[in-house]
Amino acid sequence: MKRNLLQKIYIALIFIFLYAPIVTLIVLSFNGSRTRAKWGGFTLKWYSALFQNRDIIQALFNTLLIALIASIVSTVIGTIACIAIMSLKKKSRAIIMGITNIPMINAEIVTGISLMLLFISLGLRFGLGTILLSHITFCIPYVILSVMPRMQQINPYTYEAALDLGAGPVYGFFKVVFPDILPGVLSGFLMAFTMSLDDFIITHFTKGAGVDTLSTKIYTEVKKGIKPEMYALSTIIFLTVLILLFLVNRVPAENQEKKGAL
Amino acid sequence: MKKYLCFVLSLLAVLSLLTGCGSTSGENGEVIVFNWGEYIDPETLSLFEKETGIKVVYEEFDTNETMYPKVETGASAYDVICPSDYMIQKMIDNDLLAEINFDNIPNVKNIGEQYFEQSKEFDPENKYSVPYCFGTVGILYHKTMVSDPVESWSILWDEKYADNILMQDSVRDAFMVALKLNGYSMNTLDESQLQTAKNSLIEQKPLVQAYVIDQVRDKMIGDEAALGVIYSGEAIYTQRENESLEYVVPKEGTNVWIDSWVIPKNAPNKENAEKFIDFMCREDIALMNFEYITYSTPNVAAQALIEDEDIKNSKIAFPDLSQYENLETFQYLGSEGDDLYNSLWKEVKSE
Repeated sequence: MKRNLLQKIYIALIFIFLYAPIVTLIVLSFNGSRTRAKWGGFTLKWYSALFQNRDIIQALFNTLLIALIASIVSTVIGTIACIAIMSLKKKSRAIIMGITNIPMINAEIVTGISLMLLFISLGLRFGLGTILLSHITFCIPYVILSVMPRMQQINPYTYEAALDLGAGPVYGFFKVVFPDILPGVLSGFLMAFTMSLDDFIITHFTKGAGVDTLSTKIYTEVKKGIKPEMYALSTIIFLTVLILLFLVNRVPAENQEKKGAL
Repeated sequence: MKKYLCFVLSLLAVLSLLTGCGSTSGENGEVIVFNWGEYIDPETLSLFEKETGIKVVYEEFDTNETMYPKVETGASAYDVICPSDYMIQKMIDNDLLAEINFDNIPNVKNIGEQYFEQSKEFDPENKYSVPYCFGTVGILYHKTMVSDPVESWSILWDEKYADNILMQDSVRDAFMVALKLNGYSMNTLDESQLQTAKNSLIEQKPLVQAYVIDQVRDKMIGDEAALGVIYSGEAIYTQRENESLEYVVPKEGTNVWIDSWVIPKNAPNKENAEKFIDFMCREDIALMNFEYITYSTPNVAAQALIEDEDIKNSKIAFPDLSQYENLETFQYLGSEGDDLYNSLWKEVKSE
């Protein structure tokens, strides 16, 4: 009994530590006063101000667009890379895996600066294009990381059997291999999406004049204090993610129930 | 399979569209502006575009230190930048700035002579910079919590206010307070003077509630401390929110900071840059920016247009610089100087 209570207190503490900052932010987004030190009454004005602020909406649009394109492209490239890596000999496979892991272990600032120097030496014009290229670059290892284990689990003979039965390599891949690795591909895609969504450092070094994502936009507000519109936006994003997670977690639970009934 | 191919192709199409869309510009070209975050009224940018037909590409930075490498490496070429005093000096030293042709900026007459005089500390011949915002650093105090008259930095060493003092958490600002307290220059490189300042800071440390940067503003409004070191631009805002706060420039002198417009050497549209600076110096535009930012404007003509008499005659917003002694502006101390300050600051913080 006593142990049970301790367990509950411990769990409650963890949740308080995790969510107190977010709750503070949500409460402040309804604060009528500009400063956090004073409660100026309940208001929704920051939410309406948010949707009238062209810069913030543009930054939000850029962020989502970059995250979507970068995660799709890196998922395609990463999955194809996995297929190639699988057919390598064991030794060279280990070497290639090591190389793809380096960008993940590497400090982000090093990746950011080296990409910036590369783009300068190539004479590229800094803007949305360079941000996209760098996001695709740093997302690929995460896709490989989550697709690879799936790839290793599948039975290689099913694919060979498909070929024996007259399927072309591409047809065989999509009919036999792809369904098996799909969960890995999806989680790789989601991982890439979230990594791209909240990246600041690499974006900071590879962005050009006049292009901002949410993270870089928020960061430049430091000198004058972060505006309450940002609290409102963060609240909306948090709730969206919460609802999405809720939906995603519900679907498999229902599927399992059905399986259990069968 | 065809579906996937279509998908990838359409993606590529979107990509090429995206990279292409950066090149559209106004009828009279463009001007690329690199400024502090939240440091301009966005309305003035639209007005500039409308009046001149020059498209403004606008980018923001958060500190001088993150701005500098972007300009130095030439990753993007900018036309107009707004760095602070010591950083302008560093950029002049490293040959990154172009001389401004003041014939193209007739509105520069609106900028008070005393601000150009003060600018000479970092731009000795007034060739490279046009002041945009300025301010002082001083003590913000709570009238009901502080009984003694506040006129000297020494009140930050008064044990009566232990745990009620907020200090700036940045090397140069913290050392400025200690150096001025001891009567030295805040740009000193003299080892023994710096040691004295360091010891003062260590002595003060037990009395300090917290070393903070922008939280001074919120903490003082929320009555969480009695005394705080703050920038004058923030002082006006905090007084609006909490009437019992008062701002003082200590008698030992202080830091006058100036953020000025400069044009880098590799600016692709130098003429447009000068038009932009001229526009920003126009009194009605400077007034709009002052009301948006609330940091003091060196634009005397704009100051005369302010309707609120309290603000117009406010000694905080528009101090008469000649009235104070020992006002200084930060200078670039070279990398060795920076190292010296940083190592002493580390000793203070780790004590």
